[in-house]
Amino acid sequence: MNAQAKIHLDRVVKKYPGSKVPAVEELTLDIPEGEILVLVGPSGCGKSTTLRLINRMIEPSGGRILLDGEDVTKANPDKLRRRIGYVIQQVGLFPHHTIADNIATIPKMLKWDKKRITERVDYLLDTVGLPPEQYRDRYPRELSGGQAQRVGVARALGADPDIMLMDEPFGAIDPITRERLQNEFLRLQEEMHKTIVFVTHDIDEAIKMGDRIAILGERSTIRQYDTPERILAYPVDDFVNDFIGNGSTIKGLNFLQVSSLRLSDYPALRESESAAAGLNLLQEKGRDWLVVLDGEGRPVRWASQEQLGQAGTGDMRGVGVEVGDHLKDENTLFEALELMVQSAAGRTCVVDDAGQFQGIVDMGHLNKAIRTAQSEARRHYEELEANA
Amino acid sequence: MSQSALALGNTSRPKKTIDGSRGAYLIDRYGLVVAPFLIAALALVLFLYYQSLDVPNAVTQVRTSLDPEELRAETLRHIEISFLATLLVLVVAIPAGVLLTRPRFRRLAPFVLGIANAGQALPAYGLIVIGLTISGQGVFSVVWTLALFALLPVLRNTMVGLQAVDKNVVEAGRGMGMTKMAILFKIELPLSIPVILAGVRTTIVITIGMAALAFLIGGGGLGITISTGLKLAQDSVLIVGAVLVAIVALTFDWIAACAERLLKPKGL
Ligand SMILES: Nc1ncnc2c1ncn2[C@@H]1O[C@H](COP(=O)(O)OP(=O)(O)OP(=O)(O)O)[C@@H](O)[C@H]1O
Ligand SMILES: [Mg+2]
Repeated sequence: MNAQAKIHLDRVVKKYPGSKVPAVEELTLDIPEGEILVLVGPSGCGKSTTLRLINRMIEPSGGRILLDGEDVTKANPDKLRRRIGYVIQQVGLFPHHTIADNIATIPKMLKWDKKRITERVDYLLDTVGLPPEQYRDRYPRELSGGQAQRVGVARALGADPDIMLMDEPFGAIDPITRERLQNEFLRLQEEMHKTIVFVTHDIDEAIKMGDRIAILGERSTIRQYDTPERILAYPVDDFVNDFIGNGSTIKGLNFLQVSSLRLSDYPALRESESAAAGLNLLQEKGRDWLVVLDGEGRPVRWASQEQLGQAGTGDMRGVGVEVGDHLKDENTLFEALELMVQSAAGRTCVVDDAGQFQGIVDMGHLNKAIRTAQSEARRHYEELEANA
Repeated sequence: MSQSALALGNTSRPKKTIDGSRGAYLIDRYGLVVAPFLIAALALVLFLYYQSLDVPNAVTQVRTSLDPEELRAETLRHIEISFLATLLVLVVAIPAGVLLTRPRFRRLAPFVLGIANAGQALPAYGLIVIGLTISGQGVFSVVWTLALFALLPVLRNTMVGLQAVDKNVVEAGRGMGMTKMAILFKIELPLSIPVILAGVRTTIVITIGMAALAFLIGGGGLGITISTGLKLAQDSVLIVGAVLVAIVALTFDWIAACAERLLKPKGL
């Protein structure tokens, strides 16, 4: 189908013996190279089954699986699995092997020489943030859950596979550690560019980790397959809408950046100017709040008409309330919203790298940005439908 | 005999909080060190008792039965029979246990366990007589009937041990492309060693105890000494024979316990 699909599932079916309905029903799916595809859906919908069909931990009852265009449905499953990293929630480290030996499992099977294996193990331990001198010779029972999961990831990366399958890898870990592991893994992926299929039942994790998300319904049918931002902007049906839950629009703000906004002209004056000049400017522009800048042009305070009026004849030093944190181009609109609701003026200032005032973001910006994203997504789906 | 073996043979990990018996914990912890002293003390008592009997000047039957050369030969014979029977158990029961936990043969498991159960449930005496009628007098008959009698612990523990291996560990191994053989020999069996060895220990103690019946079908062993003591109503001969069996059983139980400690994979 798609030229750059790393993994292609072609009408794959899995029927477990003894069950009437298939766990996976005629699934056709392209997994693009170098991206994270998240399979997400309610419990029992067939996510794990789908994942395990790819490395043939489960033999498909029908259909074909292609890796790099090569049909592996009949390939030797053991050899196939050595090319594919596999990480599970319960990790499954070998309790009687040291951490180093655990990580060396696949390189040893591939008969790498000792020196290369040692170097690889140390490199991988470093990569997942466990100092080799300290952890190499430990046994799995001497690790915390988070550390064990890091070793699980390192072990799956053992022979540098270009595909990784991960089944709720961070599912059994406390929220703080999970967040850290997610972030570290995303940073790692920026360097690795592996093709990753990631299973979770947590939509927030899916939104965070996925370059693309496939929302699965019963029998592993694809209900929506798209980028997280488009799914959030335009859930195709009630099932998807219910699954992504409340606040999906707000979550969508995570994918929009301040740099995408056209900032409006906004009244700002240096604090060395007189309060009267400030008041004039506000009246001229028809605004309620003035941004007061310091000597270098950095926003420091919000001053209202009333506050300026009370300031009398002096300059604006000390007039108004602190502006708080600023936004920069690379901040998301979600962060903008957070600052905005804390701000006295209901707006928040954007600065450049030098800290100089560039303009403000207000609710109108967010509203417009979201509506644009939604209508773009709707148009995208309408085009798809028209072409179909 | 099997009582003391049970006490020494408590292989479950010390769970102070669960069973709360500090005694069992201490035996488990210090049994390995203390057992040799107990065995030596028992041997010393036997030796002193033996000296007090003044064998060279005793009645003829006592003199021949308790002749040091004779006792040494029967003890060695006893050990040999038990050793062969245990060996046979290992060779049969461990592979059988492995096969019966593979998907292909899993359905046979209850059937085979039934036979092994029956083997142990039959009176040992009866089993030995069956051995006699099937393969006649001699060491061969003794060894296979003893093995059948003592098969169950190793068979059952092999199966239990293999089944108790964490499924996720096997899943991870499979997911990395380990072959079925590699998973069996590098993961499942090493992780089951503690449980299997516990079964082996029980088997050793059972065979040593039951080997005392070997003399019934011409197998020799310390059973001869004991039965002579019984037949002739010579308590001294009976006591020396029985205590020797106990010493042999305790000694080998201790050796097996040491092996258990040494062979247990690191990291467990
Ligand atoms: N080995 C099996 N034999 C029979 N049925 C199975 C087997 N494994 C899974 N199933 C069934 O297949 C369906 C899909 O299971 P699967 O484990 O793929 O779901 P999942 O989406 O991963 O769920 P979860 O989020 O709870 O992990 C379920 O209805 C399950 O009962
Ligand atoms: Mg699952």
